Parts: sequence; C-alpha cells; structure tokens
Amino acid sequence: MLELLWLVPLAPLGGFLILAVARARLGRRAVATVGVGSAGVALAAAGAVAAGFFALPAAGRVYEQNLGTWISAGDLAARFVLHLDALALVMMAVVTLVGFLILLYSAESMAGDEGYARFFCYMNLFVASMLVLVLAGDLLLLYLGWEGVGLCSYLLIGFWYREPANARAAKKAFIVTRVGDAALLVGLLVLFTQMGTSDIGGLLARAAERWPTGSSVATLAALLLLAGAVGKSAQLPLQVWLPDAMAGPTPVSALIHAATMVTAGVYLLSRMHGLFALAPAAATVTAVIGAATLLLAGTSALVQRDLKRVLAYSTMSQVGYMFVALGVGAWGAAIFHFVTHAVFKSLLFLAAGAVIAALGEEHDLFKMGGLRQRLPLVFWTFLAGAASLAALPLVTAGFYSKEEILAAAWAGPAGGRWLWAAGAVGAAVTALYTGRMVFLVFFGTAKREPSQQPGWAMATVLVILAALSVSGWWLDPRWLLGGTEIAATLPVRLAGTAAALAGIVLAWYFYLRRPALAARVAQSRAGAALGRWWIGGWGFDWLYNFIFVRPYVWLTQLGRDELLDGPFRTLGRTLDLAHAGMSWTVTGRVRWYAAALAAGAIAAIAVAVWR
Amino acid sequence: MILGWIIFLPLLGGAAAWIAGRRSAGAARTLALVAMALDLALAVAAWSGGAGASGWFAEFQCPWLPQFGISVHLGMDGASAPLVVLAAFLGLLAVGVSWRGIGERVGFFHFNLLWAVAATQAILLSLDLVLFYVAWEALLVPLYFLIAVWGGPRRGPAALKMFIFGQASAVLMLVAFIALAISHQRAVGSYTFDYLKLLGTPVAGAAAFWMMLAVFVALAVKLPAVPLHVWLPDAHEQAPASGGVDIAGLAVKVGAYGMLRLVVPLFPAAARDFTPVAMTLGVIGILYGATMAFAQRDLKRLAAYSSISHMGFILLAVFAFDQTALQGAVLVMVASALSAAGLFFMAGVLERRFGTRNIEALGGLWSAMPRAGAATLIFALAAMGLPGLANFAGEFLVLLGTYREHPVFAVLAALGMIASVIYAVRLMGVIFHGPRKDERPVKDLSWREGAIAAALVAALVWIGIHPGVITANGKQNFTAAAANNASALHDSNTEGGR
Repeated sequence: MLELLWLVPLAPLGGFLILAVARARLGRRAVATVGVGSAGVALAAAGAVAAGFFALPAAGRVYEQNLGTWISAGDLAARFVLHLDALALVMMAVVTLVGFLILLYSAESMAGDEGYARFFCYMNLFVASMLVLVLAGDLLLLYLGWEGVGLCSYLLIGFWYREPANARAAKKAFIVTRVGDAALLVGLLVLFTQMGTSDIGGLLARAAERWPTGSSVATLAALLLLAGAVGKSAQLPLQVWLPDAMAGPTPVSALIHAATMVTAGVYLLSRMHGLFALAPAAATVTAVIGAATLLLAGTSALVQRDLKRVLAYSTMSQVGYMFVALGVGAWGAAIFHFVTHAVFKSLLFLAAGAVIAALGEEHDLFKMGGLRQRLPLVFWTFLAGAASLAALPLVTAGFYSKEEILAAAWAGPAGGRWLWAAGAVGAAVTALYTGRMVFLVFFGTAKREPSQQPGWAMATVLVILAALSVSGWWLDPRWLLGGTEIAATLPVRLAGTAAALAGIVLAWYFYLRRPALAARVAQSRAGAALGRWWIGGWGFDWLYNFIFVRPYVWLTQLGRDELLDGPFRTLGRTLDLAHAGMSWTVTGRVRWYAAALAAGAIAAIAVAVWR
Repeated sequence: MILGWIIFLPLLGGAAAWIAGRRSAGAARTLALVAMALDLALAVAAWSGGAGASGWFAEFQCPWLPQFGISVHLGMDGASAPLVVLAAFLGLLAVGVSWRGIGERVGFFHFNLLWAVAATQAILLSLDLVLFYVAWEALLVPLYFLIAVWGGPRRGPAALKMFIFGQASAVLMLVAFIALAISHQRAVGSYTFDYLKLLGTPVAGAAAFWMMLAVFVALAVKLPAVPLHVWLPDAHEQAPASGGVDIAGLAVKVGAYGMLRLVVPLFPAAARDFTPVAMTLGVIGILYGATMAFAQRDLKRLAAYSSISHMGFILLAVFAFDQTALQGAVLVMVASALSAAGLFFMAGVLERRFGTRNIEALGGLWSAMPRAGAATLIFALAAMGLPGLANFAGEFLVLLGTYREHPVFAVLAALGMIASVIYAVRLMGVIFHGPRKDERPVKDLSWREGAIAAALVAALVWIGIHPGVITANGKQNFTAAAANNASALHDSNTEGGR
C-alpha cells in the first residue's frame, strides 16, 4: 500500500491540470466532481498509505519513494523524493482530510460563483503543493511546495479580483511572505554549501555530526529558516498580510489561512528540529516571537468588528502558541496544537462562512445577533469550535493541546516563567474574544433574518469537524511522533486552565450580562485609543507603509525615465556642440585658413623654443 | 557541415522571402516559417546527436584567410547547443508572432528577421574570433533596419542608439582580439584567430587586463549590464509592436554567451582579479533591473528591465569560477529568453487589441481574456523565479555556486527575489485585476496566439522540472573548459618564469 504514496500529491495535481485545461468546457457538476474527487482520491490514497505505514515494524517506520531527479549540478542532486515518517504522516492526514472536507463544503457554498471552475482549479493546485511540502524528503523540493502554496494563496486571496482591495490584499500577502522566502532560500544556500546535500535526513544527520551545539553557522542557518517560517506563518514581524488575506472566499480562509498553509512554518521548524537543538539561541528567538505574536494578535482580535478578521487574528495568535512550543523544544506539542487547531479553526471559518452567507455577505459582528434559534446547526457547531479555541476544560481538543504547550513553556527544557505567563494571559484573552464572538453573533437581539440554511454538504462537514473539535485528547499524535513527556506540576496546569475559564466568564459578563459596560469601556478615552491602536494590528501596516512601501515607490517613480541615460545624453550633446564648433571654422575663406595656419605654426614654434 | 546549414538555412530562407515578398506577402511568411522550422529541426538533430569523444556535438573548419590564421571554424558544445536550439525555436516563434502584425514590406521584413537569426547562430557557433566579430557586427545591421523601418513612433533615435552602442563596443572587442593574436604570434611565431588555439596564450599581466577589460565592456554593453544597458529598453520599446523582433533578435543573449565563452577562458588570471567589480555590477544589475521593472508603464520596457535583472546572474556565474554556477548560467540564458519572449509576445497581443502598451490604461482583463491572463501569469511567475519553472533552476544554481566563495554577493542577489515578486504582481494586477477600464469587447487569444503561448509555457515548465535536459550536456564540456583554464594558467606561469 505504501507504493501509493505518489498518488497522494499527484491526484490533486491531476485535478488541477484537468480543470486548467478544460475548465471552459466542463459543466458545474463535472467541475465539482473533479475538484472534490481528486482530493477524495488523495484522502483514500493517504488512508491506504497509512495502513501500509502501520504495518511496518514499529522500530523503522520510514518509507521513501524516489520519483526522479530534479536539479542536479555540481554536488547538488535535488530529487523528487517523497519521505514518509510519523511527522509527515500526521501532516498528510490532516491536509488530506481537512482539505477534502473543505472542498466538499465549497462544492455547495461556492455554487453560485461565476469562477467555480477557477476556484477548484486553484484549490487543487494548493492541495497538491501543500502535500508536496509536507511529504518532501528533499529540502529543495520542500521549497517547491513552499512557493507553490504561496502562489495559490496569492491567487485565492485575489479570487474576486475585480475589487481592487482584494487584489491589493493578494499582492501584499505574496510580497510579504516572499520576504521570508528569500531568507529561507539563503538558509538553503548555507545548509547545502555546508553539508553538501539537500536531502533532509542526510542534512540533519551531518549537521548533528559536524556542528557543535551553539555553533554560529548552525544558529545562522536556523535563524534563516525561522525567517522563512515567520513569513509563511504570519508571525512578528511579517504578520501584516494575514488579516487582509481574509479578502478571499471563506473556504480559502479555512483551508489556507487557518488549517494548512499558515502552519507550514510550524511544520518546517518541526521537520528541522534537529537543527534548532544545535542552535539554542535561535530556539529562544522562536519562542519569544511566538509569545509576542500571540499577545499582539490576541489583543487585536478583541477589538475587531469583522467576524473573519477576528478569526484571522486568532489564527495568528494560535500559531504563536505553536512557535512557543517549538522554541522550548516541545515540537510534539506544537504538532498536537496544529492538529486540533486545523480542526477547530477550519470549523469556525466554515461556520462563520455559513453565517455570513445567510446574512447576505454581512461581516460586521455588531450587525449580527440572535442567530441561536435561527441557525441552530451553525450555532451548535460554531459553539463546539469556539469551546475548543477557548480551551474549555476536559471535553475540547483545544484544551489538551494548549495545556501541553503551557506546561512545556513552564517546565520544558528551555521553558521560562515569562513564556508561561504570556501564554496564560493569551489563554484568557483567547477565551475573552471567543466569547465575545459567540455572544455577539448568536445571542442578544436578532438584527437580521438569515436568508438560507446550510445544505447537506455543508452541514455534514460542519458536524464532522464539530465532533472532532470536542473529541478530547485522542487527536494527540505524540504517541506516534515520540519525544519527551512534559511533567508539569498540577498547580501549573490548574493555573493555565483557570486563566482560560476566567476569560470565558469575563466574556459572559461583558457581552451578555452587561453589554452596556462593554460599550462604556470601549468608548472611554483610554478604551477608544487602545481600540484604534489594536484594530489595525498595533500599527504595523502604517509603519511598514512609511518605511518600506512609500520610499520604494517614490524611488522607482523618480528613476522611471532612466536617470542613467543622463551621462550618455550629455555625451551626445557635447559631440553635437563640438560638431557645431568645428563647422563654424569651415568658412571657405582662404585668408582665414592662412591666418590660422600661421598662428598655429607660431604657437608650435613658441612651445618648442620655450621648452 | 550541419552547423553550416544551421546558419545558411535562415540566410537562404530570408533571401527567398525577400524575393517572394514582391509578389505575395503570404508566400514570404510561409517561406520564412518553413526555413525556420527546418533550422529548428537541424539544430535539434545536431543537439540530440550527443557529444563525441572530443566534447563537441559537431565541428566544421575550412580556411578563409590562411596567411593570418583565420578560418571558418564552427563548433557546437554543451554551452552553445541549447542556445542554438533556443535561437531557432524563438526564430520560428517570431515568424509566427509577426504573422499578423507586419503589413508593409513583408518580404524585406522577413529577410532581416531571418538574417538576424542567422547572425545569432553564427555568433553561437563561431570558434574563430574574426568570424565571431563579423557575425557580431552582422547582427546589428538587420536589427537596425527592423527597428528603424517597422518600429514605433520614436524608432529612429532608438535604432541609432542601439547601433552606436553596439558598434562602439564591438570595435573595442576587435582591438582586443587583434592584440591577443599578436601576443600569440610573438609567443608561437604564427598568427591565428582560432579560439581553441588562442586558449592559454601567454599575455603579460597588464596587457591581459586591458584586453580582458575591452572584451568585457563590449560584452557588457550587449548583455546588457548596468550602467551600459540604456539602449535596450529603448530598442525594445520602439521595436515593432508584434514582438517578433524582440524575440528573434534581442531575447537570445549573445552577450551572455560571449561572457561565458570568451572572458574567463581567454583571460583567466585577469578575470579573476576583476571578480569583485564584475560581481558588484551583477548584483546592481539584478536589483536595479527588478526595481526599474516595477516602475514601467510600457510592458515591453518592463520585460526589458526584467531581462536586465536576469543578466546580473550571468555576471555572478561567469566570475564565480564554479561549475555549478556555470551550468546555472546556461539555464538562466535559456529561461530568461523564454520568459522575456513570453512577455514581449503578450505586449504585442495587448497592443493589437487595445492600441496601447501602457498597462496602466488596461485593467480587469481576466474575465475577458482568461487564456491571455493565465499565459501572462506563467511568464511573470517564471521571470520572478518561481520553483518549477525554468528560471528558478538557473538562478538557484548560480546563487549556490556564487555562495561558496562569495556569500555576500549571493545574499545581496537573493534580495532580487523580493524586488522581482513586486514587479510580477504589479504587472498582473494592473493588467488583469481590478475593474475594467477599457470596456470595448475584446477577444481572447486566437488559436495561433494560443499555440505560441502554449509552446513557451511548455518549454518553461519542461525545463523547470527537468533542467537536466540543458545542464546534463553542459557538464563534460565545462569540465573540459575548466581544465583548459587550469592548463592555461599553468602555461602562462611557466612562460613568465622563463
């Protein structure tokens, strides 16, 4: 069964090719069949591969499939090689399952869109690229998938391209992530040059042999990889693109900007965790970036009015938790949180999409309300996802994964009190904005009547994801991944739980019990100032616009007409002048010529005598 | 002899098209198309024959002016073979691209077009420096006519600018060639302009530096390298709208080929000393070209700057003294020509429909022209170096080869990745996204245009996922060239010792 591994990324790629070539000639049904079916084939193939994987003896569960050579020159020999180990298996399972569910949902939710075929075309390319990314056994092949998902993100954010704001958001996402990608590429140059191979396994083995812990080259390489991860995963300081990326269709936000692509950075750092073990400084930077991002994004989520932007900042914040876990060496916990987050966040986005569609493309939280009875299925599923996001104890999957991260931040090998404190405060903030969202959308007075209920495809997907969100601890993949157990004391665990609960209670008090109080806080002078600062994501857009975008545009406009032409034009004019001057002497008068001749001769003799 | 035919076929086809063009434009086009198709077939045949034990795919030599050691010496190796095929391929496409765009003096147009291709092939195949020089000059003449006769509103100055830049620099190169031949005569006792015999000619340090510099400057103008590039955007802007001339005459970078073939092999020691300067120019070119591409309103000027940016990688590769980088350089030459050709072609497509190349006057065209949009997207993505398309493979190998000895230059060059994505997304956004500015109904690519776009896309994707098709043949030959360099260095050292 393992031999079917190639089919996992190539089935969606095939779907992409069919849709790209024949999209004009296919009916909507055929488009949906190809678009969803290809992801279904990938899911089935992934299931078969997983069965084969577990049939392997537990000691050596690794499978490689070489599909040919890609770039070979000098001592570089990058291959199209798929590498399946426990980590890749977990990633593959999540990407194929969530991908299939979201595509199934889209078959219904996107049905009225004129770009139906284009949508599935891009989405299939995305799923294929994402699977290449997680299954790549070669770092350069991983980079191929990495850039591929970035491209699809660009195409899908700008899916409704007629609106200039959407096109701008798409460009912004592509450019900002590409800044990280450039750093990642330099990181690859460092690694390939130092290790002489691009094979991930070989590379990590050689790094462990050749580089002592704390070596500066290892730190440099790790930091460059981190820069790439920060771009893709929307962490400080490259986080600015993600909130704007919500301009894309909701299934895109669910799949790309919540469940899979945004966590590609987490996957990269987990895959290369051996390198980070050699570079403690880089690991610390990772944790600090994660902690800062989770606080920044959490507070920003508190004040957003747009439902999707709340979820976007929430995604940033939750990925921040994963970075904290990676930084303290608990990459297993990071992957656990990745799995639960992929489930509950895609659920939240899909349910939010159902709300937005039912209210006629209304995104504003304050224009919603009272949808509890009117959209019961959406309410209950959204509630399951929200509970998981807010880490409601014992029942929800999100509780267990976040708990592990907090425990690791406290007691892990590289943990610290401050990291834990940031995580605990973040947990309270998370619960607060989650509660705010739930209470504003589903409770209170109804402001608009929903126009439609989700159909069977959307409903099925929502229910499956909701069931997984409240499934407790059994999504934990760490039994498979291995790694060390974290033994945090009970008081620490209880404190983390209490923080989350406090947030939920606070949200209930503010947004349900005393909504007037919430409004008063928001309208007070300090509250309003803070709100203005946070709603724009702490002013980073403004800052970057000021120090990067405007100078660049100004400079290029200045040079548009080619300043370097100047010297050559001057040369041309000088020659023209010289020509005019010389022509002036050609008068045709013999007396002038004779006089000039005589003057020249006298001057020459004078010079000769003088010397 | 096959090499001779690769050059002669376009010459004959061009002449025949001129004659036939007096009676019927269609006959001229058809003749040109057939000649280029045959030329492509020959080039592919020569390439796929594989290299012999000598490292040459094919070689041909007959005397020309024996008293000066000048002969007609042609050779095709791993470095030139992909470019010869590329030149024929783009020549064929150029005829197809010009099928509807050119209405006046069709016969004479195709005569010039095909002679430009022939001159390009002659440059790529020459192993005699005088022949190389003659072909170099011969390329300028048909290009001058193509721009000055069929070009845009400011065609005269643009054509003249190109001609003067090309001419002035070529003279420098000729002087260096003659000086090299004289040095060789002093050392060995007989004149020769044969490239292979001149390899390893002992030249004293200062003289070698000046010769190298003269050749370098001549090639840097043609490449073009910043700051000697100013003729190229103008030439592209004023070249005939359809894009055929840009594709056949300017996209194949003979300057880049010359850099690889002449500068380091003939003057290895002098070139090594020159490395910091050349690499600085390369990095400036990469960043300057990509930045300027962002500011352009004219799609052809944009493509010209994008191609200037790509040529910066050639300078890095040539002076990196590294096998990996050299293989990357050949890939960059092919890939950059293909992606630039795609953009020039799209510029022609848009100008035919809207009467303007000012991309800021367009907008929102995706729904009306999805095929054109997809093709442009792929060309722009290739130009910005997306993995999976041809340019990435070349640029990555160049960066990797450069990084080993010159990490700072490689890192600075990697910043070009950011500048290039900015112009690529702007290009797509301005033309295809946003609201429609020009509401006139418009047709998507016709089948002829679709076929041309598909051929370019297929080539970019094929080379992108299988770059070995180009680098595999280069390997042994570059190894031979490097060995030559080593022995050349050795010879010059022992010579100096005597």
